[in-house]
Amino acid sequence: MATTPPNIDPRAAVLFQTDKRLRRRRIVNRLMEALGTLASLLAVSVLVIVVASVVKNGWSAFSVDFFTTSPSSSGFGTAEGGILPSIVGSFVLVLIATLVALPIGVMVAIFVSELAPRKLADTIRLALDVINGLPTIVTGIFIFSVLVLAQGQSAIAGGLALAIIGLPLVARSAQEVLRLVPSSYREAGLALGAPRWRTILGVILPTSLGGILTGTTLAIARVAGETAPLLFTCSLAITTSVTWDPREPVQSMPLTIFTSAEQPDPSFHAQAWATGAVLLGFVLIVSLISKFFLARSRRKLAR
Amino acid sequence: MTQEDPVTQTDTMVNVAPIEIAQRRERPQSTAARETVFDIQNLSVSYGKAPAIKDVSFEIYHNRVTAIIGPSGCGKSTFIRTLNRMNDLVPSAKVEGEVLYHGVDLYAPKVDPVQVRRRIGMVFQKPNPFPKSIYDNVAWGLRVLGMKDNMDDRVQHALEQAALWDDVRHRLKKSALGLSGGQQQRLCIARALAVEPEVLLMDEPASALDPIATSRIEDLMHELKNEYTIVVVTHNMQQAARVADMTAFFGLEVLADKSRTGILVEYAETDKIFTQPADKRTEDYVTGRFG
Repeated sequence: MATTPPNIDPRAAVLFQTDKRLRRRRIVNRLMEALGTLASLLAVSVLVIVVASVVKNGWSAFSVDFFTTSPSSSGFGTAEGGILPSIVGSFVLVLIATLVALPIGVMVAIFVSELAPRKLADTIRLALDVINGLPTIVTGIFIFSVLVLAQGQSAIAGGLALAIIGLPLVARSAQEVLRLVPSSYREAGLALGAPRWRTILGVILPTSLGGILTGTTLAIARVAGETAPLLFTCSLAITTSVTWDPREPVQSMPLTIFTSAEQPDPSFHAQAWATGAVLLGFVLIVSLISKFFLARSRRKLAR
Repeated sequence: MTQEDPVTQTDTMVNVAPIEIAQRRERPQSTAARETVFDIQNLSVSYGKAPAIKDVSFEIYHNRVTAIIGPSGCGKSTFIRTLNRMNDLVPSAKVEGEVLYHGVDLYAPKVDPVQVRRRIGMVFQKPNPFPKSIYDNVAWGLRVLGMKDNMDDRVQHALEQAALWDDVRHRLKKSALGLSGGQQQRLCIARALAVEPEVLLMDEPASALDPIATSRIEDLMHELKNEYTIVVVTHNMQQAARVADMTAFFGLEVLADKSRTGILVEYAETDKIFTQPADKRTEDYVTGRFG
């Protein structure tokens, strides 16, 4: 029995009573709270440590030139110039991947959630999950065998490999958003004598656009950092200068990190870290953009 | 709902005595001149193995309001959704019997359900305007069906028919989701009327609305029956008594295998259903003795 304050109505006194079971419940509760908080702190601190070390190690390489010039080798084996070709190359690769994965992914999502009979829809969903779990190096080898062996390396080959990785992400997230669209919109469209495809294009897609863009931007963030699928498909850049031509192999940020980190001179290592920081910054910005789209579409659906 | 005009408010106050209103309103009483729109013959609908309605037969007449009343689960909604083939969306739904629309079976093999729904519009229980502007809500159906001439006039006319024009004329470009529930439902009616259907099906159109908005929808049904044939499902017997010319009472029947199904118990002029029902079950229901 805990101490009960004096002058209290006996009917209220029960509020101050406690027993063994109650005390145990309180202790377990505190313990679980503490464990949960600890785990969250651990996860966040990993992120903080990674970001801090990337920025710290790469800091010395940052300059305006780092973003605006091409790399050039000095006679002494140290890193000179910047990573502009890698930034441009990554942009080209991600653009190709998005142009392929977005329309196909959205169409797959529409088919699965609006048109396909349930069994077929389940099968396609499973297939998408399998593609999602495919090791990215396998995707790279696949594109290598069907495209690169005959045509040689190119940004198109690399972009297609990235598209295969991004496709299930886009399709799955688009499906989830389409499921959120109330079925009353579908009924309303059909009751007006509109064919199904007009209802999908005119009502359902516009309603879920924000959510679809969220999934797409997240897929972009994921795909931009992929290294393995580019090794066989888009790693042998011919020039060290900027190229926009998708028929040529282009440089890319992940591969620049990979190659720079293997160089003997510490100036290259700093460049690798700095490139990593740029990539991290890119992912952060893209994630924020996707959050914005998501908030917008939530507002639209909620009202 | 703050913007409703005072006229409707007095109207609802009168509605306290619903049956009187029903009698005050003029009804076409002659049975000779009425023209059949729907001739429903031995209609049965089931979802998978569960029967929903069984062996329903009656005729729905031109330019009349026909109310479908009955207890929950007796297949009222199922029935009204077979009249414009909305049940096609439910993969397990199976329809037997005939729904003759001006003599043509809606479920005949060559009939296109999209064309059916164009002629037979529908308003749902919960107001479901598209997340678009007020104008686009009405214009969307017109655009889809290629009725693109005089778009502004058509939109205005539809909104006027639904008694919504004065409420929204200055904010046509604003989102329809900003309207009140009653206004949203009238917008859905305007949207359905814009594409010029012959029949308007209403599935409990006022059950999500407050009494004032409800009374406006009921007034609207009275106006609209001059131009359209209206079929309305309602939970609310007073509403049926107020608005309907003809009333069909659906009840529940327990089949041999203990499954329950909806059946048509009685169909007659509304006055007759409410004052001299022929069937004991109808009488029990309309007098509130239904167990």
